[in-house]
Amino acid sequence: MELDKKEALLEKYFEGETTLAEENELKIYFSSAAVASHLKQYQSLFKYYASEKNQNFKVELDGLKVKKRPIVWISIAASVLVLLGLGFYTFNSATNDKTNQGLGTYDNPEEAFKETQKALAMLSNHVNVGIESIQYVENYENTRDQIFIME
Amino acid sequence: MNQNEFVHLVAPFKDKIFRVAKRLLISTEEAEDATQEVLVKLWNKNERLDSYNSVEAFAMTITKNYCFDQLKSKRAGNLKIVHTNFTNREPSLHQQVEDSDSLNWVAKIINNLPEQQRLIIQMRDIEQYEFAEIAKILEMNETAIRVALSRARKTIREFMIKTHSYGIG
Repeated sequence: MELDKKEALLEKYFEGETTLAEENELKIYFSSAAVASHLKQYQSLFKYYASEKNQNFKVELDGLKVKKRPIVWISIAASVLVLLGLGFYTFNSATNDKTNQGLGTYDNPEEAFKETQKALAMLSNHVNVGIESIQYVENYENTRDQIFIME
Repeated sequence: MNQNEFVHLVAPFKDKIFRVAKRLLISTEEAEDATQEVLVKLWNKNERLDSYNSVEAFAMTITKNYCFDQLKSKRAGNLKIVHTNFTNREPSLHQQVEDSDSLNWVAKIINNLPEQQRLIIQMRDIEQYEFAEIAKILEMNETAIRVALSRARKTIREFMIKTHSYGIG
């Protein structure tokens, strides 16, 4: 290629007007052995650009992969577990109340009759005890009758 | 998307992320950390990745933002042993020997450019992105990028000519 064209291209390059293709042309030119002596000063620049492109990221990617994800899942799983446990507990205790406390029901009618009688007898006993202690109140009525002569 | 698919997806541009990060942060270790960080961020966006029409451009934008954040927080701290400053003030013998290598000189010149220009040079001259892509990644318009690129290239030229004619290198 003619030197004029290279110089023009170089000028364009420094103005920031070159396209990628033109810049590549320059890179190829400067990497060749046939660089004009007055342009040699730029050779290391383009050589540097080419050499820099060979730097690689060598650190292994594995290991940093599974960072954030599991934390989210663990928290979701934990809250689901807590909710499940809570639900299970409340459900169970509710049903237990019904079955365990019981209402003292009997399947056999005779047995039920006996038990009812027993319970009623016990109740009347207690009521009688209460009545006995109130018996003396009648005395008041008697004395009142004596004092106030009823018409 | 599972792990394998993700690794496959990032394979073509993970080196670019690394190089861009290195251009901005200078140190290889920091660039590696940054790359990991960017890839983790990408991985966490996993489900939504398909909605981006260019995952690569998106990744580069994350990289750019992450590196600028890093630089900002470093500057906020009082400790100023940033690699460029450090090596510039007290070049060790080892550094001086290295500097005689012309490619290292170029590296040094580029790394002394302002961050924005450094980034644009990296993306255009090394990674060879189209102006439209760079504009999208940097969230700037194309003209501004061309202007910054031209300025950066001319600065480099100026230093190269100096180096060449006085043989500082």
